[in-house]
Amino acid sequence: MSNPAYGWRVDDIDTDEMILNMGPQHPSTHGVLRIELRTDGEVVRAARPHIGYLHRCFEKHAESVDYPGVIPYTDRMDYVASMGNSLGYALAVEKLMGIEVSPYVQTIRVIMAELQRIASHCIAVGTYGMDIGAFTPFLHLLRDREKILDLFEWTCGARLLYNYNWVGGVSHDVPDGFVKAVRQFLREFDAITYPEMIDLLIKNKIFIKRTAGIGVCSPELAVSYDLTGPNLRGSGPPRDLRRDEPYLGYENYEFDVVVGEGKFGPRGSCFDRNWVRALEMKESAKILHQAVDRLEKMEHTDVHEKVPKRVKPAKGEVYARSEAPRGQLGYYIVADGTGINPYRVKVKSPCFTAMSIFHVLANGMYIADIIALIGSLDVVLGEIDR
Amino acid sequence: MDLVFNLLPAAVPYWLRVGLAGVVCAVILITLMALGPIAYVYVETKIAGFMQDRIGPKRVGPHGLLQTVADALKLMFKEAIYPAGADKLLFILAPCLVVVGAFLSFVVLPFSSRLQAVDLNVGLFYVVAVSSISTVGLIMAGWASNNKYALFGAMRSAAQIVSYEIPAVMVLLTVVMMAGSLSLQDIVWAQAGGLSRWFLFRYFPLMPVAFVIFFTAGLAECNRAPFDIPEAESELVAGFHTEYSGFFFAMFFLAEYTEMFVVSVVASVLFLGGWMAPLPMLQQLGPVGLGPIWLLAKAWSLVFVMMWLRWTLPRLRVDQLMYVAWKVLLPIAMVLVVVVGGLVLWSPTASGFPWDRWAGWILAPLLVAYLAYMIVAARRWSARRTREMAA
Repeated sequence: MSNPAYGWRVDDIDTDEMILNMGPQHPSTHGVLRIELRTDGEVVRAARPHIGYLHRCFEKHAESVDYPGVIPYTDRMDYVASMGNSLGYALAVEKLMGIEVSPYVQTIRVIMAELQRIASHCIAVGTYGMDIGAFTPFLHLLRDREKILDLFEWTCGARLLYNYNWVGGVSHDVPDGFVKAVRQFLREFDAITYPEMIDLLIKNKIFIKRTAGIGVCSPELAVSYDLTGPNLRGSGPPRDLRRDEPYLGYENYEFDVVVGEGKFGPRGSCFDRNWVRALEMKESAKILHQAVDRLEKMEHTDVHEKVPKRVKPAKGEVYARSEAPRGQLGYYIVADGTGINPYRVKVKSPCFTAMSIFHVLANGMYIADIIALIGSLDVVLGEIDR
Repeated sequence: MDLVFNLLPAAVPYWLRVGLAGVVCAVILITLMALGPIAYVYVETKIAGFMQDRIGPKRVGPHGLLQTVADALKLMFKEAIYPAGADKLLFILAPCLVVVGAFLSFVVLPFSSRLQAVDLNVGLFYVVAVSSISTVGLIMAGWASNNKYALFGAMRSAAQIVSYEIPAVMVLLTVVMMAGSLSLQDIVWAQAGGLSRWFLFRYFPLMPVAFVIFFTAGLAECNRAPFDIPEAESELVAGFHTEYSGFFFAMFFLAEYTEMFVVSVVASVLFLGGWMAPLPMLQQLGPVGLGPIWLLAKAWSLVFVMMWLRWTLPRLRVDQLMYVAWKVLLPIAMVLVVVVGGLVLWSPTASGFPWDRWAGWILAPLLVAYLAYMIVAARRWSARRTREMAA
């Protein structure tokens, strides 16, 4: 490849790699993630995520407040899906203390958890569309998420960080007419939100071209990196704690575990992860339909009935996990039996493990695909950094 | 320009008449160009609001009409920030060049048979040539900003605009061959006589394809979605104008909307009969003819389509963009050039296929009726939906 007439060779052309810092201030790193990209033109040669910009010492902090006092802090981990976080913590402490809540409270918790799942996936799918460049579906989905937030506000007074799931119960009983309002929401969801999302975004040809076949994660890779939730199911393994290790009586509800089908290209691509989220919203709506029917017929009990006056578990340790919207959320709690504070709280966060696979999938991608990949992993930095 | 020239009394010296005519035309066009985007931005926000199920600007002025005026004023009074390490001269020059590039095309746009600054005999060539000037401005902006995102945006925009100019120019060739002239005025006159004479409907299945290619390439040249990768906000923050603020940013904005308008006007001139009315008899309406109104109606409907696409479609990736340009549009455009050229030469079809005189009359109303039906149906559907939800 040399041309003596011109006195240069192709090899002489300088092709330095450029370091591009994407974030922490960047519109689509979903919070404050910094990614160090080594780029060769538009192609990414290596990507290194830098996390920790949102570190708030959650786990250390939890050791200095009492057990119920930790719940507001859990809300602030995955601030897009607070209900799921506090639910996981409450389940862990209840398991530690051997508290069994009434079916009424369980059903309320299921309703809140599934509403939260829909709200969280609304954000996930909507912002994913925005990452790809479609702005309109994002606003449509946010409009419908707003209805869920209204329901939450009506119930417990908060729109984002609820402090709703308490140890042994929930903070407020559902208000009168709540069931009717949820039914109204479900009707709108089935008639408008879901079909609109599928038509406008998921079935869009450009969207499919941009996401299918990008960031393909094989089932083996997904399992070995401990992906959970929609990220894992997008690759194929039908692992869902609501089905496999039922809690809150999930075994009594009819729903399907959605897995990626690889409709447009290899299975486990960005499209499949997003597709799983979109379809899970439908499954959550299915659960909600059954749950509100049950709630109506059920005998109402006091939601504070089992809330202990003083949460002081005996010496012991517990690990409890639940299926949060972003995957398995595990709480490992050690109680030393002396104080009213937990001795140690450790969180196994689904986003953290999802982030750990990022550098593997990002190799050799285009810059635009990096954005598509982050969006499809649906990480919330508040939960990664804690 | 000759219109203004003739309005001036003959007693005025010749050089002054020419000078004044030029200045008057320039002032009118610059005003049009500067005020146009204010209207377009308002319309775009309202259209976006309609599509996204929200209201859009509402507070400033009646129905938010003054919102964009307020925005423009705000941008003008904001501080222009020069990033550290920026090449200040290039940094300032770049937006000027982009605006000039967008503006120069206005010189030859025929708004009616007389309402045109200059009728250059190489008008179309001129439009293609000056619209490339903004590319230089974009690269300068990207380079001078001393910002990696801006550099990426500039590189992308250079690659994109250069690639898409080729199919666009190829398609222009077909029109030029049919009109036998590069002058935009001559091209409009070649389409005189109503819908069926529009180049859009000549050689019926062929020229609509040419129109779609030209419109697609035009979208890419004004960096509009789904081809807005140079300023892809979710990837490159704001692309080549990441570091710009205040009035310089406003100039990029101005240039973008002006280019949209220019591309739409050129497309209507080339394919939709320019300032000609859709029916020959409508041409006689009004004292001076309604030329500008017809042209603006056509151009603005194309601008509306551009906005519609922007708020509906996701963005393509760089390689997909290049794929579309080189492997889809370019081959089709080449085939079109050869085929249409041959048909023009072959005397039985020199002015189109026999069915062309019907195709336009049938297809255009059908298209309009279909669009109207879609809009009405969407409205009725949303009204019914609201009623059902309330029940």
